[in-house]
Amino acid sequence: HELWEAVLPLIVLLCGGGQLKDDFQEELVIRPLHSGDIYASFHFRTLWETDFMKGNKVSHYRLFPKSLGQVISKFSVRELHISFTQGYWRTMQWGQPYLPSPPGAELWVWFQDTVTDVDATWKELTNVLSGIFCASLNFIDSTNTVQPSASFKPLGIANVTDHRFLRYATLPREIVCTENLTPWKKLLPCGSKAGLAVLLKSEKLFHSSFHSQAVHIRPMCQDSQCKTPSWELRQTLNVVFDLHTSGQGKQEWSLFKMFSRTLTEACPLASSSKIYIDITDNPQVGEQFELIPATPLLRQAVVLGDRRTFSVYDLTQQVTFGTVRSLNLLIRWKSTEGHMLRPLLHAERYVAGYGLQTGEIHTLMYNNHPFRSFSVLLLDSVPWYLRLYIHTLTVTSKGKDNKPSYIHYQPSKDRIRPHLLEMLVQLPPHSVTEVTVQFERALLKWTEYTPDPNHGFYVGSSVISALVPSTVAMDTNNTQERTLFSSL
Amino acid sequence: MGLLSDPNRRRALISMLTRLNAPICMLCYCAGVCWFMGLAFEPFTLRTYMSENAMGSTMVEERFPAGERALATAREFAAHKKKVGGMPVDWLVKTMQARGLEVFTQSFSRVLPFPDENKERYIVKGTNVYGILRAPRAPRTEALVLSAPCSPGDNNNQAVGLLLGLAHYFRNQIYWAKDIIFLVNEHDLIGMQAWLEGYHHTNTTGMKWTPLQGRGGSIQAALSLELSSDVITSLDIVLEGLNGQLPNLDLANLFYAFCQKIGVLCTIQGRLQRNDWDSVSGYSHAVQTMMLMVMKQASGRPWGDHGLFLRYHIEAATISGINSFRQYKTDLTTTGRLVEGMYRKLNNLLERLHQSYFFYLMPSLTHFVSIGYYMPAFGLLAVILLLRALDLWVQLVAPPARTEDGIAEIEQQSSPGVRSVLTPLIISHLTGAALYLMPVHFQEMAVEHFPVSETEAVVLTAIAVYTAGLALPHNTHRLVSGEGTEQGWRVLKLVAVLYLAVLLGCTALINFSLGFILALTMVPVAAFVTPDVPKVLSAIVFVILSPACTLLFSVFLFQELQDMPVSLQDGWMLYISVISQGILDHYLFGSLVYPLIALMVYPCWLLFWNILFWK
Repeated sequence: HELWEAVLPLIVLLCGGGQLKDDFQEELVIRPLHSGDIYASFHFRTLWETDFMKGNKVSHYRLFPKSLGQVISKFSVRELHISFTQGYWRTMQWGQPYLPSPPGAELWVWFQDTVTDVDATWKELTNVLSGIFCASLNFIDSTNTVQPSASFKPLGIANVTDHRFLRYATLPREIVCTENLTPWKKLLPCGSKAGLAVLLKSEKLFHSSFHSQAVHIRPMCQDSQCKTPSWELRQTLNVVFDLHTSGQGKQEWSLFKMFSRTLTEACPLASSSKIYIDITDNPQVGEQFELIPATPLLRQAVVLGDRRTFSVYDLTQQVTFGTVRSLNLLIRWKSTEGHMLRPLLHAERYVAGYGLQTGEIHTLMYNNHPFRSFSVLLLDSVPWYLRLYIHTLTVTSKGKDNKPSYIHYQPSKDRIRPHLLEMLVQLPPHSVTEVTVQFERALLKWTEYTPDPNHGFYVGSSVISALVPSTVAMDTNNTQERTLFSSL
Repeated sequence: MGLLSDPNRRRALISMLTRLNAPICMLCYCAGVCWFMGLAFEPFTLRTYMSENAMGSTMVEERFPAGERALATAREFAAHKKKVGGMPVDWLVKTMQARGLEVFTQSFSRVLPFPDENKERYIVKGTNVYGILRAPRAPRTEALVLSAPCSPGDNNNQAVGLLLGLAHYFRNQIYWAKDIIFLVNEHDLIGMQAWLEGYHHTNTTGMKWTPLQGRGGSIQAALSLELSSDVITSLDIVLEGLNGQLPNLDLANLFYAFCQKIGVLCTIQGRLQRNDWDSVSGYSHAVQTMMLMVMKQASGRPWGDHGLFLRYHIEAATISGINSFRQYKTDLTTTGRLVEGMYRKLNNLLERLHQSYFFYLMPSLTHFVSIGYYMPAFGLLAVILLLRALDLWVQLVAPPARTEDGIAEIEQQSSPGVRSVLTPLIISHLTGAALYLMPVHFQEMAVEHFPVSETEAVVLTAIAVYTAGLALPHNTHRLVSGEGTEQGWRVLKLVAVLYLAVLLGCTALINFSLGFILALTMVPVAAFVTPDVPKVLSAIVFVILSPACTLLFSVFLFQELQDMPVSLQDGWMLYISVISQGILDHYLFGSLVYPLIALMVYPCWLLFWNILFWK
């Protein structure tokens, strides 16, 4: 008895002392696209006022997943961004995504400046993440890792901008499927039991045109003085459903049709749980599509430099679910015009030439703004077995030579590291900028071929970062300028 | 092993080879021809089989239902084509967009080096329209192409209708792993060339085109459709492409497998399968089919729109519908299902088609002759040249070995020898260069002075240069190097024989048919020419076996094999048009046959002509 008495206050103390503020929010943004397709974007955000660093032993976890918390403290991670994407974001038809990601797996990490051997930590980290996300991240090694010198600025509060602590790698051949979705769902406080996550059923999510899931961890400020450190874990899942293959002739969408589920409740642990429907293209009710049930709640937000209007459904309010106690949003198309969008900035890349001896990588960047020019950072990471001839690098806009104001090139070393090419290019208004560089295929040893050698080799996507003014993320009240990542 | 290292045995072997040289050469020639003819005999050939696992075991279902609708689309297309008087670009763009494709256009223009009288075109301007069906959840790294040319007149409307019908049907399916590009190209091969050059951003022929706005990654395979009737009796597959390149045999196997599965009659070279291989008529049927393939391949032309894909290592074939007077007809739904099946299997491919053969001949759709079987036929012909070279070498080396002071003698002889070899070499190659350059560059002058059209001017200039070449070298070399010596022609012949051996060997590796046909006619000439044979008779034999006459005979033989024999007059007209087409193919698509003949084969043949008139 005495022992118990002694222990009990201790527990209470611990709970009291460890009662750091944490908060969970969930959101689903639905944007009907011009092509008749529909874009659904889930955002789950866990914010935790704690400090993993400075030798703090954090052992009590409530909303924040313990597996990731341990990763952060063990490997002294400052920022971690990982995405798994199956498909290609069709910027020309769909516009800009809320968060771009390249096909395959992408991982970029900022380490704390206390890390002494970054490469060893990176290696260990990728192996651990490989286990957490059931992905082949363990194939990330020195041959596909780069240290960008200018791209990938930290997204959270950062006092480190020394690029020695940044690592970036992509695995373009990685195939994303349910085995990656399950561990991702397990990181959510409610799992897939309640809230918006009940919609995440793999048989529907992978019956789509595009699927991308991501995890972003970054340190945040709680207040303007930034006195108390806090960590943000944002899990996003973006999916685009195709009207043609699943529409069966009918031009309507509903939650049930998209996800084969309806919503009945919010996640009880969530402080906010909302559905946003982008109705900017539908100024008059029922002009382009009809929304059932209608909601009086409207909200304006500036997304990606564009002012947009949203209908809001608050799942924490019982009113939302109506008398049937279930919410099945329905969007009925009135007209679909398959015309192409002309997004302000978009890009494409292809290999030119034929035969084994010659080849040329062409990267086309379109600036469709009528009078504004943009400066963009282009990052190319090319495997060593493509021998780039950097002296053939040309950048042309409107038929004229366009000299990049900054070029950082790190040549490859056979079997050790890839090429890294970074350029700051000014895109003139209303123009196409073409970056070309010739390459040759290196002779490989027979053990170096991938299992299906005639399938070909994958080259990771280029990354284009543009400084776009007044970019505001969907669900933060952040108004400062921030980079927008557009990946190929 | 000691056969060559032991000097006595080596001498014995060499003396045997020189003594029996002529009979061995004759034997080799006969054996080569017989071997080649034996290739079409069914028991000697292999049955085709699907090598690619991804296409073999996986079953696909064909469910394309909308043949009637495709026909309606075809009629609509025909109406719009007639209204616009060419390619109905706007209608195509709208129709493809309505079917949920990403649609792009590419305009191109090309001024031909001289007017093409077969197709009546000189300044070509056109537009290609293509729509891309994006595969869901695929990273745009791989694509398949389905194309149909927009032909003048009432041709090929059904192909475009079927293409659009398939696009509509394919768009609603979920299983695509590769982007599918539906291409309607104007001005057949020229449009295709423009599109392919645009897609791969190369410019090999100096064509003007606007850059492509949409792409789908590396193209794995392509089919080109040619259908001009609502119902068909059989489907024909065309494989021969530019410079004699062939697609992977698995593509032909795939076509055959689906024809069998769906129950459509299928042909190759427009000829049906026969089962009576043991009868004479059955064997001659197979020989004729194979000969047609050999002649088509040797021509180096693309025999369908698919032919230009092969340069980019894209496996491609043309499927054309034939409507003859047979009872049993196949409707467009069935044809659509066949194409659907082929695309679904191509869609299943993990790797590019590479498992099966790239070098083969087909005496029928079910049997093929691989490179290992047909190369000996050529090898037997080529070995004649090597034997003759050995013989000449021995003759050149042997006499001074007998005398004591022979070394000094041969040095004296060989110094004029170099000049006597070099002069005809240079002159004949200059003649070849003239044959290559003059027809196209002097056409205007020819048109001014003679009452002929441009095309005729080009061809007649070529023939004139060719004939002038016969008169030129054997007169000039005497002016330069004086009277030819006995030793001189032997050295020249040694060089020429080896030159021909290398030339034919390289040609046969790239385009077996061309190499073989050239070897068949040039090797006897090369082997037995000396200045001592009767001049007039040999000169006639020489001319008959020259490359130009080979072409003339090939034209007649080809017509005969296609059951369309022509009269001498028509044959001559055809001959002229074949030459002009060959030159056009070179300038438009980069076919190598014309420069090969003009710059290499013809000069080489002139060397032998030179030897004939050495004294």
